[in-house]
Amino acid sequence: MNTSDLSLSFNEKVIFKLRKLYARHGYSQYKMNKFEEYDLYARNKDFLISDSVITFTDTNGKLMALKPDVTLSIIKNSKDTPDTLQKVYYDENVYRIAKGTNTFKEIMQVGLECVGDIDKYAISETLMLACLSLKTISDNSVLDISHLGIITAVFDAFDIPSFARKEMLKFISEKNIHELSSLCSEIELTDEKVEIIKSLIAISGKPEVVLPQLTDTLSGVIDTTVIEELKEIIDSFDDDLKDMINIDFSVISDTRYYNTIVFKGFIEGVPTSVLTGGQYDKLLQKMKRKSGAIGFAVYLDVLDRLAQTSNEYDVDIILLYTSESKINDIKNKVKELSKNGDTVFACKQIPSDIKYKTLIKINE
Amino acid sequence: MKTILNVALPKGRLGEKVYNMFEKAGFECPSIKENNRKLIFENEEAGLRYFWVKPSDVAIYVERGAADIGVAGKDILLEYQPEVYELLDLDIGKCRMAVAAKSDFRDDKQRTLRVATKFTNIAQQHYLSKGRDIDIIHLNGSIEIAPILDLSDVIVDIVETGTTLKENNLEVKETIIPISARLISNKTSYKFKSELINKVVSEISAQMEANK
Repeated sequence: MNTSDLSLSFNEKVIFKLRKLYARHGYSQYKMNKFEEYDLYARNKDFLISDSVITFTDTNGKLMALKPDVTLSIIKNSKDTPDTLQKVYYDENVYRIAKGTNTFKEIMQVGLECVGDIDKYAISETLMLACLSLKTISDNSVLDISHLGIITAVFDAFDIPSFARKEMLKFISEKNIHELSSLCSEIELTDEKVEIIKSLIAISGKPEVVLPQLTDTLSGVIDTTVIEELKEIIDSFDDDLKDMINIDFSVISDTRYYNTIVFKGFIEGVPTSVLTGGQYDKLLQKMKRKSGAIGFAVYLDVLDRLAQTSNEYDVDIILLYTSESKINDIKNKVKELSKNGDTVFACKQIPSDIKYKTLIKINE
Repeated sequence: MKTILNVALPKGRLGEKVYNMFEKAGFECPSIKENNRKLIFENEEAGLRYFWVKPSDVAIYVERGAADIGVAGKDILLEYQPEVYELLDLDIGKCRMAVAAKSDFRDDKQRTLRVATKFTNIAQQHYLSKGRDIDIIHLNGSIEIAPILDLSDVIVDIVETGTTLKENNLEVKETIIPISARLISNKTSYKFKSELINKVVSEISAQMEANK
């Protein structure tokens, strides 16, 4: 365990690389306060992953919250600039209830937001940066892209009643064809329509294969221009990034906030998604803004499992001295032993729980 | 290195039925049939590793990636809402989630309904959708005696044949949802082992279709 290995942890290295990547594409760092007025989250509760928030009353009587989310704060504090673009990135801690527990967890999150005139290039750049972010962490990664506009257009075309839409989206997100079929029968859709809705689960895979299939299936049902646009965006990617992309409609986000492209990143060896993002123009509309917005977050807390092997030893050298040893002799010995980067623990008695490589007694 | 597919099976009769389906579909692991107390079995050549886990834990093994796929009851999926793909209804282990009470029970809407159950989430969702005010009493077993001892007005539990209910002078008042065993997959595993997982799904679907 040389000190050169100690300098940065796996997550810290990832953070630095991501910050560099985002800065290189013109994103500036957004630093924010740890606290935000609770009212912001109360008004947009559904936008949050978990609706439990740590709150406290500030000295002026205002109800404050420890940030459970970064995007809402950025949007709230950004100007409405529908004709131009603001590009920011952040690395911040958020506080949420961990799934399956009743306890709050501090979650390290790195991400970016692009706010303003969201055109095809802005979408393409965001998706490309999402791919590059995953690649920074691991070569074995996949970015699943879905398009809520396509799903909603199919629902509209088939007059799916609003009570059934939420459940249908849930079944699509679970790739649950059997229950989706039952629901379709319940609302008496024709066989042809059922097959088209089921194809939203069945059609999944590489864009070059899937997008033409999707065009064939949906032409005459919805305006397929949106599929062409998606193709144009993905075609602009370099081959190595294109290989990382899957079209998969199981990526679903709340349609009250997200309207078009949504995506999730997965890394082999990490059981949950490590990156989540999408275009959320509807949130801005809800906040009476004219701008659009797209962004994503990388969850660093789930990357622990990817960290390279942990150190075998707590310390390289134990330097054992006695009550008679002179301070200067100990200091000089520590200096000498650590000059090549080895870690040195000087003590009179070896602690019982320490694992070391070499033991050196100062008098020897 | 050969890809290994990790499969979590529910311990017990249902798990044995499920394994037989996998075996018939061409995903055999003969050592699993040896009479011993081992919990993990591997067929290295076929790239398969099976393990027996408590039925209610299958979803956790799959959600957390210790297993790539597994078989769990719909009751467990509804109760714990794991972040997994639900790929197939295996049409076995069939029963229903139901509200049961004493035969002379009358729901007095002016009072809070006391509901005893192991499935607090399912019960809460069910009564929330009806706008009924309830008091949930979480129990871990012998749910049927709760109404008899006046601990609760009704119970929400799994009903297979209804015999246990009958023997305790209870009857089903309402079916919440039919239950059966489902094939589930970890989301990340599905991205990196999709070919293998889809092969399992299609072979088992074909087998179920042939048995219809």
